[in-house]
Amino acid sequence: MSNNNSQSIHLKKEILARIIEAFLSDNYEENTRLIPYDMRPKGAEVPYRCCIYKERAILKERVKAGLGFSLEEDDETKLLSDYAKEALEREKPDEHPLTVLDAACAGCVPSRIYVTDLCQGCVARPCQSACKFGAIEMVNGKSKIDGSKCKSCKMCMNACPYNAIVKLAVPCEDACPVGAIQKDSNGITRIDYEQCISCGKCVAACPFGAVNEKSQIIDILKHMKDDKKEVIAMFAPSIVGQLPGTIYQLKTAMEKAGFDRVYEVAQGADITTINEAKEFEERMEEGAPFMTTSCCAGYNQFIKKHLPELKEFESTTETPLYYTAELVKEKYPEAITVFISPCVAKRKESMDNPNVDYVMTYEELGALFIAKRIEIAECEESKFEVESSKQGRNFGNTTGVAEAVKSVAKNPEEVKPYIISGLTKDTVKELKKFTKDKSCPGCNLIEVMCCEGGCIGGNATINIPRVARKQLKTLLDESEDLKRND
Amino acid sequence: MAKVNVKICMGTTCFVMGSSQLQDLVDIVKNKYGEAVEVSGSTCLNHCTNSSEYSKAPYVTVDDTVIQEATIDKVLQEIDRKLKENE
Repeated sequence: MSNNNSQSIHLKKEILARIIEAFLSDNYEENTRLIPYDMRPKGAEVPYRCCIYKERAILKERVKAGLGFSLEEDDETKLLSDYAKEALEREKPDEHPLTVLDAACAGCVPSRIYVTDLCQGCVARPCQSACKFGAIEMVNGKSKIDGSKCKSCKMCMNACPYNAIVKLAVPCEDACPVGAIQKDSNGITRIDYEQCISCGKCVAACPFGAVNEKSQIIDILKHMKDDKKEVIAMFAPSIVGQLPGTIYQLKTAMEKAGFDRVYEVAQGADITTINEAKEFEERMEEGAPFMTTSCCAGYNQFIKKHLPELKEFESTTETPLYYTAELVKEKYPEAITVFISPCVAKRKESMDNPNVDYVMTYEELGALFIAKRIEIAECEESKFEVESSKQGRNFGNTTGVAEAVKSVAKNPEEVKPYIISGLTKDTVKELKKFTKDKSCPGCNLIEVMCCEGGCIGGNATINIPRVARKQLKTLLDESEDLKRND
Repeated sequence: MAKVNVKICMGTTCFVMGSSQLQDLVDIVKNKYGEAVEVSGSTCLNHCTNSSEYSKAPYVTVDDTVIQEATIDKVLQEIDRKLKENE
C-alpha cells in the first residue's frame, strides 16, 4: 500500500501548503485560524461530510495535526490561532508521530460484523442461537446486530446458511502488520503506542484520512526565519523521482526554500554499505546462519517490540541517516539538522538520535515549494560537496541494500540475499519462522524494508513507485560505483 | 484531421498535487488513440499561480479546455469529447 492520489492525501498537502503560507504571511496566527474558512467559504460546495460546519470542524483538526499537535487530547474550545502560537513556543516536537482524528474516523462501522440484505429472515435463526452475547435481534423480520453487544467473534457468520452475514474490513487494522491499531468498544480507533512501529501503513490505508502525522513544519520554519543557526537538510535517497527536475536542481530549489546547506543521505548509505559488508563477512566467518539489514526504521522498531529474538541476527551497522547526521553535526555542531523523509517511521528514529533535530516528509517539502512558488525544473543545477555512489543512491529501492553489500563484498557470490519488500502480516510470519529455525534456507542476507517496493513506496511519497524507479535508473546510470579500500 | 493536443502540467505544484501520477497517460493515450492525440508533459502552465488555486491542481489542458483536479479518467473523457467534435 503506497501513496495514491486519493482525495484525503490531496487535502493533506493542501492544508500543509496553507499552514506554510500562513506562517510566511504577516499575520500567521489569524491566517492559520482562517484556513478552514478559506478552504470552505460560505456557500461552498460540501464535498465530503454532512454539512459545511462538519467539513470545517474536521479541517480544523487536520490543521492542528499539521501544526504538530496530538488530536486525542486536544482542546476543542481553543482557537487555531492559539494553537498556531503554541506551536511557535514549543521547544521539542511531540514524542509519538501519529495521531487519530476521531471525527473523521467514525466512517468505519463500529461493529465489524454486518447482516446484509441477503438475510432471508429464516425460521431456524441459527445466527441468533450461535451468538453467545445476545447481540442479534430481529427487526422487520430480519436479523440485526446490536453493535454494543457484538464482540466480532464471527460465530453468526459461520452459522448462516445463506452467507448473509459478512465481516466488514477496517482498512487501518488490516494494513497494520503488528496489530497496533484497533477500534475500541466505542468504535473509535486507537493506536497502541507500545505496539506501534510507526511504519505509517495505517496513514496510507485509511480512506478517511483519519490517521494523521504530527508535522514539525512550524518548528523547522521557525528556525529558518530566525536565522540564528544554519538549517541543514539531509535528503533520503528515495527522493529521486518524487519531485520534478534532477537532484542537483532540487538542491538549488531547497536552498531557495530556506535551507542553508543540502546533503544527500546516500553519502551515509555508502558508509553503511561498507560497514555492513564487513560485518556480514565477520558474522559468516563466525558461523552465523544469516544476517539481516538494519537501515529501515520501521523494521528496527519491529524487531525491538515484536521479535527481540531476531536481534542477534540483525546487523549492528548504523543507518545511512545516522552516518550522514554524524558527519554534518561534526562539521556544523551548532546547525539545526532536518531529515527529508519518505515515511513516518524515520520521525521516530530521529527522535532517538540527538544529531537529527527535525524531520520533514516529501509531502511537506512539496507543500513548502508550493507555498513558496518555487519551480524546481527552472532551477540551476548545483553539485554536492561529496558525490554519492550508485549503490548509495539505490538504497531506498527494494533489493538496493542487499545489492550494495554484495557489490563490495570480498566474495560477492557468497552473498545470497533474501528480500522482504513490505512488512505485512504474512512476511511477519516468515520472519518469525526464520528466527525460530535460526535458518533462512538457501540465503544468508535478509533485506527487509517495511514498505512495499522499499522507501520509494513510503507513506509520505508523492510519485508512483514504478515511475519514480525509472527516474532513479537514469541517475544511477550517471553515478559511480562504490569502492572499498581495505 | 487536426490532432488533439494534451498537455500535462509538470510544474512543482501540479506535480506534488498529483500530476506525477498522470505520467502514465503518455502510454495509455498512445495505445488507445495512436497518432490522433498527442500528449506531453509541460513546464508550469500557470493555472495555479492565481491566489490559492493550487487546491484545484493538478491541471491538464486538452486543446483549449483546462481540466482541474485532473485524473486519468477525466482527461480520457475530454479527449473522447474533442475527437467527436472534430469528426
